[in-house]
Amino acid sequence: MTIIQRGFAALAAGALSTALAVPAFAEPVKFDFWFGLSGDLARVVDTLCKNFNDSQKDYEVVCTSQGNYDATLQNTIAAFRAGKQPTVVQVYDVGTATMMLSGAYKPADKLMEENGYKIDYSDYFPGIARYYATSKGEMLSFPFNSSTPLMYWNKDAFAKIGKTEAPKTWEDVAADLKALKDAGYDCPMAINISANESWQLMEQFSALHNQPVATKNNGYDGLDARLEVNKTKFVQYVTDLKKWYDAGLIKIKSKDLGQDMVQAFATGTCQLILTSVGDHGTVGRTQKEGMNWDVAELPVYAGTERKNSLVGGASLWVLSGKSDAEYKGAAAFLNFIHDPKTALFWSTNTGYIPVTKSGFEFMKSQGFYDKAPYKGREVAIESLTASEPTEITRGVRLGNFTQIRAEFGTQMQAIFANKVSVQEGLDALVKNGDAILARFQQTYPGKTLP
Amino acid sequence: MEKRVTFGRWTIGILFAVPQLILIFTFFYWPAGQAVYWSLTLQQPWGGGNIWVGLDNFRSILSNADYWNSISASLVFAGISTGLAMSIALVLAALTDRQLAGSWLYRVVLIWPYGIAAPALALAFRFILAPEAGFMAVVNQVWPGVWDPGLDGSDAMASIIVAFSWKYVGYNFIFFLAAFQAIPRSLIEAAAMDGSGVIRRFWDIQFPLITPTIFFLLVINITESFQDSFGIVDIMTSGGPANATNLMVYKIYSDGFKGLDYSGAAAQSIILMLLIIALTIVQFRFIERRVHYR
Repeated sequence: MTIIQRGFAALAAGALSTALAVPAFAEPVKFDFWFGLSGDLARVVDTLCKNFNDSQKDYEVVCTSQGNYDATLQNTIAAFRAGKQPTVVQVYDVGTATMMLSGAYKPADKLMEENGYKIDYSDYFPGIARYYATSKGEMLSFPFNSSTPLMYWNKDAFAKIGKTEAPKTWEDVAADLKALKDAGYDCPMAINISANESWQLMEQFSALHNQPVATKNNGYDGLDARLEVNKTKFVQYVTDLKKWYDAGLIKIKSKDLGQDMVQAFATGTCQLILTSVGDHGTVGRTQKEGMNWDVAELPVYAGTERKNSLVGGASLWVLSGKSDAEYKGAAAFLNFIHDPKTALFWSTNTGYIPVTKSGFEFMKSQGFYDKAPYKGREVAIESLTASEPTEITRGVRLGNFTQIRAEFGTQMQAIFANKVSVQEGLDALVKNGDAILARFQQTYPGKTLP
Repeated sequence: MEKRVTFGRWTIGILFAVPQLILIFTFFYWPAGQAVYWSLTLQQPWGGGNIWVGLDNFRSILSNADYWNSISASLVFAGISTGLAMSIALVLAALTDRQLAGSWLYRVVLIWPYGIAAPALALAFRFILAPEAGFMAVVNQVWPGVWDPGLDGSDAMASIIVAFSWKYVGYNFIFFLAAFQAIPRSLIEAAAMDGSGVIRRFWDIQFPLITPTIFFLLVINITESFQDSFGIVDIMTSGGPANATNLMVYKIYSDGFKGLDYSGAAAQSIILMLLIIALTIVQFRFIERRVHYR
């Protein structure tokens, strides 16, 4: 026997003994979870994963941050094409339509059922569940980190103009901004007009006013949906924003210019912003010493019957092509995340809101919302549950929505730079957005959204 | 009799070339071929299948006004940044070559910018050129609103041109300095003794002698300005405002990776490749004639 042959024999023996030893040692089944959060939030996810691994001995989840949502989806697609996909992946809200048509997932509700977990889907806040559910109401993925936008207002500044309450209508906002300006505030309100702000400026505004973003119930009923924001109340909203910007009542704040709007609010530079409840913690941590501020629901135009706001954030998808053991682990992991105690941990350490009624009740019973710094975050739940979701306030389900948001940013910038009129800009948004939608539809011939 | 070392059979020559050919094939021709195939189909991002669409992708791209805007933005960017980077580097190299006081210091320092990764330098320039917080805030204080890359397309374009040129000044400088130092000192000294001044000597002796270097850098700078601009655009402007800095290479990235339109992005990269090939051919055909190789 040569040395090489002996080596092989030894290796084979070793492999055999390891294989035989597995049942005796019961090594935990490992599976991958890829997520798109970074920084502080990534550390919280890591702790969450550690808590899961410590809570039982059968499974071990390996959590890897991919940096951001876009990269997570891109990397997952690349991995899937190479057959090396993770078992669980976090996909952002606007990726939902793409995921549904991918044929690359295992429906979350089926997974839980097969593995003997009973999940009460009616426990999810309807506004959250409907965003991710199919048109028939099946949950293909599990809501994870969820948020909704709020209006942050500086109580000190509003006190100077004799106001103790946040404005409820855009008409009031206009009057208050004018008064703030007259009282010597240089930046009464801050907005940004990049792709990201499509969320609070276009999508949420449309939901609150029960206005469609696209035909076919915002895309829920078919891939042939097309945009129609150039003929809804949204036109008036953009016109007003532009008018207030021209009058110096609104300033544009973005990271590229030096200071983003959350910083501008926290430092007391600007007195009013619209941003995610997820920034509640950041404002609290970075605010100017002694500044009094609060949050309120986004304003609506006078005479509007307020509807629920939309959920933002991401959901957890289980991908196809994995082993039964890995699916068992994934089901246990999703069940762990679904637990109200996890909801408390998650919301305490991030700004995200609980996604289930039981989670919310549990947090309330623990006194979470009673005192600073968490007081005020319950407004997000009020906003999300302001009404039963209507056909068009379930959410927005359009293909390649990331590109439509980018188009939103482009056209808003053109409008605010006076290159085009409001109507021209929104017409261009619809035209270019429709081309994106048509292309998406063409890519998936004969397929329909579940 | 002349003794020549040759291989008996041509197969041996081929065998020696094979490793190289395999590398080129795997990392260049195969992916390029794949891109051509993708550009003629509509690919589902998750690999669920594709359909043959012929030249439809090209047709829809070329009939899109945004794409033509992207091409012209790329050409403006390439023209101005190449011009800036090369002329500044040329002047700096000429001065350093004259052994002015402290030239040893410039020689070292001016090479550094090229060593900085594009995203890092873009981040630095974002701070420097930020209208509210950076160096330009001073300018804005004197003339309010004069500098606003967040909304003004030309300001944003100027920002990325400055950042890109700054990086390539360092690169060009090394080559120009080497070219200047390769010129025999006796030529310059002879001209000086004949009474010609610094400027005269530059235009009549040094400049003609470094034309091969100028030509080389022109080709490299133009090619790089189409390809290496990605990191700077991504960090500084993300293609905005209103697509003013949406250069071709950035559009490929955002359509392909953010928009998951792999086929459209593949078609765009084919067009970009053809454009760079065309530009390079033009340069070789028409500009190289005026280059004097020694």
